[in-house]
Amino acid sequence: MAASMRLLVRQLARLSHRKVTSTVSGVSCRSACCWRTSSGRCFSDAAEDRSTHFGFETVSEAEKAKRVYKVFENVAQKYDVMNDAMSLGIHRLWKDVLLHVMHPQPGARLLDVAGGTGDIAVRFLDYVRYQLERQKRRDTPSGQGSSWQDISDDRRRESSAVVCDINKEMLKMGKQKADRMGVVSGLSWVVGDAEELPFDDDQFDIYTIAFGIRNVTRMDQALQEALRVLKPGGRFMCLEFSKVTNPVLARLYDAYSFQVIPVLGEVIAGDWKSYQYLVESIRKFPNQQEFKGMMEDAGFYCVQHHDLTGGVVALHSGFKL
Amino acid sequence: MSYNVATAALGHTDRGEHSSHRSPRPPTLCVHRLHTGRADRTFSHYDGLYPGHIITTPFQKALLAVGSGVVALQDPYRHDMVAVLGETTGHLVLINLRDRMRNDPEGYTVLTERPKIRLSTLDLEKMASLPDGSFGREYLRFLEDNEVTPDSRAEVKFVDDEELAYVMLRYREVHDLMHTLLGMPTNMLGEVAVKWFEAAQTGLPMCALGALLGPLRLNTRRLQSLFTSLGPWALQNGWQARCVLSIFYERRWDQSLEELRRELKIQPPPVDFTKRRKNGR
Repeated sequence: MAASMRLLVRQLARLSHRKVTSTVSGVSCRSACCWRTSSGRCFSDAAEDRSTHFGFETVSEAEKAKRVYKVFENVAQKYDVMNDAMSLGIHRLWKDVLLHVMHPQPGARLLDVAGGTGDIAVRFLDYVRYQLERQKRRDTPSGQGSSWQDISDDRRRESSAVVCDINKEMLKMGKQKADRMGVVSGLSWVVGDAEELPFDDDQFDIYTIAFGIRNVTRMDQALQEALRVLKPGGRFMCLEFSKVTNPVLARLYDAYSFQVIPVLGEVIAGDWKSYQYLVESIRKFPNQQEFKGMMEDAGFYCVQHHDLTGGVVALHSGFKL
Repeated sequence: MSYNVATAALGHTDRGEHSSHRSPRPPTLCVHRLHTGRADRTFSHYDGLYPGHIITTPFQKALLAVGSGVVALQDPYRHDMVAVLGETTGHLVLINLRDRMRNDPEGYTVLTERPKIRLSTLDLEKMASLPDGSFGREYLRFLEDNEVTPDSRAEVKFVDDEELAYVMLRYREVHDLMHTLLGMPTNMLGEVAVKWFEAAQTGLPMCALGALLGPLRLNTRRLQSLFTSLGPWALQNGWQARCVLSIFYERRWDQSLEELRRELKIQPPPVDFTKRRKNGR
């Protein structure tokens, strides 16, 4: 009940603040004053007053969102190539681990936020389709075709993945890639802001955000939105660069991040500063424990985290109950 | 492609000292960003010595030099990589060039007044009305024939001295003027010939590398032309010509091209590409 009222009020506010809320800053101010219809400047004023970090720089929140958008607009073309170059291909393993821990079952609905070029969503669809094939092979003795029952069961167990990203360029690249790979059915591409998702409550079984949450201006809001759109029993999973505890590895990782990655960015993508921002933003992200605390504050239960590659990447998982 | 518009001459009036270690002067030029397509326009502040300056450690410069060299070889159309290679390898040569400019009275004026060749600073109508054979008219013809613009110049990023960064930028701007002065088109053969000239003139490692590796992409007939006539001519002129960076080109548009060549001690090219174009070659 409360959820649908919130939705109605939010929709009304959206209608009246259409021009303001459709800017890329996407700040949704949750205090009561912002439901005022008289002045549309409430959102942007609040966002300009609060400051946050953009890499090692301090900027206003409105400014951060704009600059992050520009960064990803610039890097979209070479995003996948750069990922492979920077992580020496290991990012593929991290994403595979995410899927294995997720272990989705056929019929699950995935929302991949900040999904950009669609790596997680495509893996998800491959995984559930493989699971479905295995199940069918186990259940159906060889030689028999599918019955009407089987076909309707399949329909009900058809999984779907929604890739949501604030950046149109990244989505465009992702869609092109998926089309090239032949993954089309069950996949949809939606422009949306993690702080204010364009979905109803209780829609998805799994919410993932891989290497995206550190770019969100208000992480607490993104977590609340994640809780909202998940079904009860749904799972939130987050892959993100985190703190390396081993001091030797940490020194090597820092040296590599700051010395080599911007150079790779300049040479491969012709863009030093965007990659400088990326490595700085990793350092500003809360560590494993802190992020776990943020998830619990947002209302997730059974929050766990696993370190990958010595803490370079952390996988956080929580449930909506 | 984005470009800056320098709306006023730099207000560098304080030129009393000639020390080689100049402290970073706050820039007084107005820079308007008209089109924010390029990545480097995302960041509105700069904490280097000049707009666009990226501070790098020697290790990073070495990596950049190697990386940009590899990419530039693989894809010569990555002009930004050629530019980065030039910046990361040319420090000593830039100092030498700057000193040559300082020792020449006209070059000193260029260093002081810091002219920049941009579409916005060129009076195209006036240049088009100049007589044929004048430097300005021929330069305009070169831009039109080859469909290039002076604004597609890569920014200087990795040079750690503000004045040397200007010398580098001026070198890039003067490159097109070299094409006009030498009468070379922008095809591979013409570019290699200009590179040979520039390598002999400036000694920039990037030019030398381009001069050595450029010919690898030419067919046999052009290679022959390069080694028998164009090449020796370009080298000879490179060595004997006056320092091309020391000329205040912006004040010489109405000068006759032949006269300018004589002044710079550049002989006309052995092959006339303009005639060939007219014959529909």
